[in-house]
Amino acid sequence: MNKFTFRGGVHPPYNKITSNKKIEALPLPEVLYVPLSQHAGKPAKPLVKRGDVVKKGQKIGEADGFISANIHAPTSGKVKSIMEHPHPVFLENVPTVIIEADGDDTWFDGYGERKDWQERTREEIINDVKEAGIVGLGGAAFPSHVKLSPPPEKKIDTVIINGAECEPYLTADDRLMQERPEDMLWGARLIKRAVGAEKVYIAIEDNKPKAINSIQDALREFDDIELRVVKTKYPEGAEKQLIKALTGREVPRGGLPMDVGCLVHNAGTSIAIYEAVRFGKPLIERVLTLSGSGAQGKGNYLVRIGTQFSYIVGKTGGTSGDIKKVIMGGPMMGISQYSLDVPVIKGTSGILLFTSKEVKFHEPYPCIRCSRCVSVCPMGLLPLILVDLVKYGRLEIAKEQYGLLDCIECGSCAYICPSHIPHVQWIKYGKSELRRKK
Amino acid sequence: MNALTGALLTMAILGLIFSLFLVLAYKKLKVEEDPRIHEIVEILPGANCGGCGYPGCSAYAEAVVRGEAPPNLCAPGGQEVAEAISKLLGLEIATMEKKVAKLMCRGSIENAVRRAEYTGIETCRVADATLKGDKACVYGCLGFGDCVRSCPFDAMYMGEEGLPHIIEEKCTGCGICVETCPRDILELVPIERKVFVFCKNIERGAVARKYCKAACIACGLCVKAAPEGTMKMENNLAVIIDWKSVDEHAEEIIAKCPTKAIKLDEKFAEVEV
Ligand code: SF4
Ligand code: SF4
Ligand code: SF4
Repeated sequence: MNKFTFRGGVHPPYNKITSNKKIEALPLPEVLYVPLSQHAGKPAKPLVKRGDVVKKGQKIGEADGFISANIHAPTSGKVKSIMEHPHPVFLENVPTVIIEADGDDTWFDGYGERKDWQERTREEIINDVKEAGIVGLGGAAFPSHVKLSPPPEKKIDTVIINGAECEPYLTADDRLMQERPEDMLWGARLIKRAVGAEKVYIAIEDNKPKAINSIQDALREFDDIELRVVKTKYPEGAEKQLIKALTGREVPRGGLPMDVGCLVHNAGTSIAIYEAVRFGKPLIERVLTLSGSGAQGKGNYLVRIGTQFSYIVGKTGGTSGDIKKVIMGGPMMGISQYSLDVPVIKGTSGILLFTSKEVKFHEPYPCIRCSRCVSVCPMGLLPLILVDLVKYGRLEIAKEQYGLLDCIECGSCAYICPSHIPHVQWIKYGKSELRRKK
Repeated sequence: MNALTGALLTMAILGLIFSLFLVLAYKKLKVEEDPRIHEIVEILPGANCGGCGYPGCSAYAEAVVRGEAPPNLCAPGGQEVAEAISKLLGLEIATMEKKVAKLMCRGSIENAVRRAEYTGIETCRVADATLKGDKACVYGCLGFGDCVRSCPFDAMYMGEEGLPHIIEEKCTGCGICVETCPRDILELVPIERKVFVFCKNIERGAVARKYCKAACIACGLCVKAAPEGTMKMENNLAVIIDWKSVDEHAEEIIAKCPTKAIKLDEKFAEVEV
């Protein structure tokens, strides 16, 4: 089969140890911590107050503006309080709805299979997705309804369902494709209808033969969808790289996939969209991978949004060895955590517990001008120059002439650098200084 | 012979024409630079610190002469320079309050709880923008010393307890460190002021207490002890409104604080407490 790919990239050890572990639903915790901000954009406005009784799936936070997302109660119970609680992305305490579960797990009234779900129109689908508070489950957590409603002059002809899962360790999408291929394909079909696209591709990296087989089998019923096997290379699953690999189109600088007629949704998101349209089910749970040499119960788990990391680790057998680092997401683009007392949010694709086996810290050395970072950068940037420009405060030059804002923070440069220069930290800092100046 | 005189003559005439042109151009295009600008530059300390808000001493001098800036913006120069400039320009004698920078955080290695080991780029600004440093409190001093490196007068150093110190004799109050610090915990204050709330954590008292032994836990006892209207509670922090009156009642007020977040600045404490 013809394999698609892009220019640049690296080959970190993939360590997909949990690829054969069936998705397991964890028991419901007694208390859930649901932050009002779990997505790109403005935090949701709370709709409940202390003492309120809520049902599973009831809306407890209303999207504030277009680029924002609804938040729902992950189970039935009582609102214990709304207060500041640690957050895995902001790394500080932010407003969080704390819910005491009543153990009955009773659904709200709007839940149930819709007879006409296969015939839902484009407006209905977009509305279902919006109501369900669905955001990109790959990690970036961009509200999905926004992606589904491009301005009329941007015609979308190609939908790509991203099952590349190029981050090492993570296998949540891999498992979903193995276990629920039809649901995912139905989601893909609904997305296609919502944007009126002509083509739908499912993209999977060639290191996931089981997922490829399972999708191939299921595709017999879906002749409107095509499978595309892509080369295993990091960051194959990055939006712009995937578009380039499959269609040869290049998203312009500062532009979005819709500028080249494409729309990319993650495999997990596709299933969430299917569930929202068919059952009116809000996004209150997700599959994540627990892995790393410090985790006893490595595997793929279905957990409610708002479950504390510590609960998941505890329920799966605890830790082993001396934990040096906890990461939410993958090792390349994930976020280091300060504590396990943070909740799972919509974008939590994995929890990695690393011991000294995986974590090695090296003092950075001066740049030796080897240009390896340049050859691996999938965006065609000059990471070594960007670092120097940011370091010495030449932010305008970095932005205008060297494309500072085009960096997707994939970490390929920092990974390959023999001098262990932390490019991405400098680049993130540079971007934040630019925002501060505005 | 003829050719030689001809050539010499041509050169001489040409030279005359050009010099005439130059003289005329000089007369016509001459820009009067106010001599006072130069005089003021001479008066200014020449640190080019930028604390006045202008890109260097001569830019400030120009602005003052043009009447766009008051004569008392140069903190390093202090009262003396302000007076000299006022006199030179025939203005009313401007006064200047002597201010120094002060750190409003006591989250030392001993006091502040660490939540992790930080192995990234060791500057306060980068740490704040990316991983937020290693302390549990995200409002306090990060301790990487950006302010110390930024001080143009060498008036700061990092103490062993992990916090920056300001040498008040050297501090000119230029405010560069205040601008540099990503956490807004350095403030310019009148040099004679004594009592401060050394904490900027706006979280609930119970949380702040968990994060730092020296935190203001928002109990409000100091506000009750202070004379009516001189202090208030805001964002879980005690705020001093009228510092002169609070300084007068220093002892009663600071005795109440359970965490010693509000207290005399060290230099006064040595003498008085
Ligand atoms: S890979 Fe590292 S050492 Fe090589 S050019 Fe890039 S920054 Fe310099
Ligand atoms: S510069 Fe940015 S896009 Fe390029 S390799 Fe580094 S992190 Fe990735
Ligand atoms: S006062 Fe500010 S700039 Fe100085 S060390 Fe502390 S955080 Fe850094």
